[in-house]
Amino acid sequence: MSQIALRPERERQVEQILSRYPNRQAALIPVLHVYQDEHGWISEEIMQVVAERLGVSSAHVKGVVTFYTLFNQHPVGKHQVWVCRTLSCALRGAESVLSHCEKRLGIHPGETTKDGKITLRTAECLAACGQGPMMQVDKTYHENLTLADVDRILDELQRS
Amino acid sequence: MLRPTNYLTKNYGLPDGHKLPAYEKEGGYEQARRALRMPREALVDDMKAANLRGRGGAGFAMGVKWSFMPWPPKPERPHYLVINADEGEPGTFKDRTLMEKNPHAIVEGCIIGCFGIGAHAAYIYVRDELHLSKERLWGAIEEAKAKGYLGAKPFGLDYPVEVYVHTGAGAYICGEETALLNSLEGKRGEPRLKPPFPAQVGAFGMPSTVNNLETIAAVPTVLAMGGDAFSKLSDLHNLRDGGCRLYGVSGHVKKPGVFEACVGVTLRDLIYELGGGVDGELLAVIPGGSSCPILRADELVNAPDPKSPIHPWHGKSVLDVPMGVDTFRALGTMLGTCCAIVLSDRVDPVLAFHNLMRFYRHESCGQCTPCREGSAWIFRILDRIVAGEGTLEELDQLHEIADNIMGNTICAFGEGTAMPALGFLRKFRPELEDFVRTGGKSSTRRLT
Ligand SMILES: Cc1cc2nc3c(=O)[nH]c(=O)nc-3n(C[C@H](O)[C@H](O)[C@H](O)COP(=O)(O)O)c2cc1C
Ligand code: SF4
Ligand code: FES
Repeated sequence: MSQIALRPERERQVEQILSRYPNRQAALIPVLHVYQDEHGWISEEIMQVVAERLGVSSAHVKGVVTFYTLFNQHPVGKHQVWVCRTLSCALRGAESVLSHCEKRLGIHPGETTKDGKITLRTAECLAACGQGPMMQVDKTYHENLTLADVDRILDELQRS
Repeated sequence: MLRPTNYLTKNYGLPDGHKLPAYEKEGGYEQARRALRMPREALVDDMKAANLRGRGGAGFAMGVKWSFMPWPPKPERPHYLVINADEGEPGTFKDRTLMEKNPHAIVEGCIIGCFGIGAHAAYIYVRDELHLSKERLWGAIEEAKAKGYLGAKPFGLDYPVEVYVHTGAGAYICGEETALLNSLEGKRGEPRLKPPFPAQVGAFGMPSTVNNLETIAAVPTVLAMGGDAFSKLSDLHNLRDGGCRLYGVSGHVKKPGVFEACVGVTLRDLIYELGGGVDGELLAVIPGGSSCPILRADELVNAPDPKSPIHPWHGKSVLDVPMGVDTFRALGTMLGTCCAIVLSDRVDPVLAFHNLMRFYRHESCGQCTPCREGSAWIFRILDRIVAGEGTLEELDQLHEIADNIMGNTICAFGEGTAMPALGFLRKFRPELEDFVRTGGKSSTRRLT
């Protein structure tokens, strides 16, 4: 239990979230985000705890976690790098951004660097189509990327 | 005709344009203050007169949608306003600019919207990746609350309104309104069978209205101007397609971006004026998000029937038709989200087709066999074609698979996959055949 506790400000966040809806189940996706922010991924144990907190079955929670691509069902790197490769970005060089990341990090999409720092992923359209090519690093968008920008961003992540 | 406006975007350039003082300086929240004192009927009538067509893709008349809500509301069946800011349609990046740069127009629109449909709570469903958008919306909600514009007694009146931001978790299908409702309820984002429609059984089983984010953000402008005057901003007022709206353009243009103008802008205006011209020569354009069938630059309008909404452009270039819900439907495509993707002649259309079909295969929710299997099959065949292993029979097969999806699915995602596929197959048949025959040697192999 102690391993899946939330720090106090995140506990407060959960309480706030619960106050917004006419029932507890509706809080499920936002609450899962809070747990994932704390732990980096959603373990079976977290699903159990969240199910109990919200009064839904753990099968229901699992069904939700597996439906949405942003919930990590396994541990991931400290930083998430998502490269958008849908058409508008592809027209402006998304493939070269992606292959540059692969080369620089020595991994393929879906993999994590050996030091556990960076998980590389592909994304479908992230609503930044006019500013492609782009990538999302954790919660930040980086747009109108050149390969030099990509180098700088990855350097910073590797140093962090 | 291109007539730029700045009702929604006037503060886009200001450093603190997203904050309350900038919004109030331009008359912000005066319309909500006024609306809450209007008879509900008059408010809905004004929205109907505005001919504000839904900005989320389907183009349904917004005032008419509000009028579908059961009336009067029953205390035991509270109404909800749900705002769709899932913005996942490839090529679409307009709602995000409103959330980041003009969030108070959304909050004010929600207050008016709640009153118009008899709701006391609005949920704005924002895709999770848009962290800045969510932050700006919450910031605007807090500012409005602190001023007493939201909460138990907005503007001192006895009509409580709360606005909440809800978040998804990465699934394009949650933009479909019934999938969005399931997601809001803490369920898998799988579309529901309709009927019942959201106005009867929506969020939490209660009567609900789902409006796109840009649609609701336009509401204060409609009210300030008066519905009829708003509608008449548009060149297509007579087709009941009114007002001004956001236009996006991405891909091979010199100045990609989001622009505001009166309805009636043509693709030529959007690409060459607003977008600064093509980077290269124009090959084709996808008019309003990837689910809209592609148009070739050399296509001419074929509308000999005088009753067709596009008859006046018969024989002219498709690039010269005003972009409207009905005009673009008559062209055999759709206006969709009004965010165009521009392809220069460097692009191999076969690769563009392949890129988009990967998206649809990835995003099908899997409930309906024709959509789940069809989208996967289309992508598999295109994968083989791109690898130089496709056959001409497989091109016909692609046609058949797409035809089989049409009309056989729970939600419009199926059509949204099949229609663009059929568009590429019809418009780029020679290129596809050449690619197959030469095993890809005919191709530029380029998307950039
Ligand atoms: C697959 C699919 C995805 C959709 N995605 C969105 C979206 O991201 N945003 C949106 O506003 N509407 C989207 N829609 C349309 C909604 O179902 C709905 O029509 C719209 O939110 C209604 O708002 P409006 O009438 O103001 O346009 C989507 C529809 C489908 C079938
Ligand atoms: S059409 Fe596709 S996305 Fe829509 S419900 Fe069926 S399987 Fe899901
Ligand atoms: S295509 Fe990359 S953000 Fe839309």
